[in-house]
Amino acid sequence: MIVNGKRIEISIETSLKDFLLSSGYDPSRVAVELNGKISPRKTFEEVILKNTDSMEIVSFVGGG
Amino acid sequence: MKIGIAGLGGLGSNVAMMLVRSGINNLVLVDFDIVVESNLNRQIYFIEHIGKKKTYACSDILKKIDPNLKPELHDVRLTENNISEVFKGCDIICEALDSAESKAMLVDTVLTKMPETYVVSGTGISGFGSPNTIITEHRFNKLYVCGDGTSETDDMHGPRVIICAGHQANLILRLIYGMEDEKIEN
Repeated sequence: MIVNGKRIEISIETSLKDFLLSSGYDPSRVAVELNGKISPRKTFEEVILKNTDSMEIVSFVGGG
Repeated sequence: MKIGIAGLGGLGSNVAMMLVRSGINNLVLVDFDIVVESNLNRQIYFIEHIGKKKTYACSDILKKIDPNLKPELHDVRLTENNISEVFKGCDIICEALDSAESKAMLVDTVLTKMPETYVVSGTGISGFGSPNTIITEHRFNKLYVCGDGTSETDDMHGPRVIICAGHQANLILRLIYGMEDEKIEN
């Protein structure tokens, strides 16, 4: 799949939440767009990723 | 065009001021906090505003620029349950909240519940590092992100915060004037 413009291979049956955690993201500090549509954070656990997916992950840091 | 400002700290108060100076007058200003002395190095407030609500203080200053301004003020903490009501009718929301978790929550909630609304977020603005690392990126269909994306300390100073606020205000004006038709390639 494509993540932030880079091609990577994922193992089958990887949930979005597991992918985020194993890639070092804190799910409470990111927003995710999957195939051009926002992936609501409530669905991170149930979304199963496919190698044909294209995903953008925005990770936020504090300070405003 | 109706523009919402989520958070009236270093980013939000400066964005609001630049928009009003550019003639934008349909604003929704949201913050639950009060002005404290340590805000004055980077936020638009004056000594006389210390202890006052940021919604009141910000509106007070903006009305000195445009006396006809009638901003909609919400002295509330934003949650996933009140965001779509507070920002009802907004075409663009400036995300200028403090914590990373609040930023992610606001972006997620707006893009999920208000699919026609743009979010212009600011993240990565602390310290005295290079100002040239602060950029604007078109990350999602309806999400632009300004900042360096990484600097996160309590060490907040005017210059980099205000540079980022400038990116956000500039992008909001580009959206208002229809200059953002094409996605910027990262």
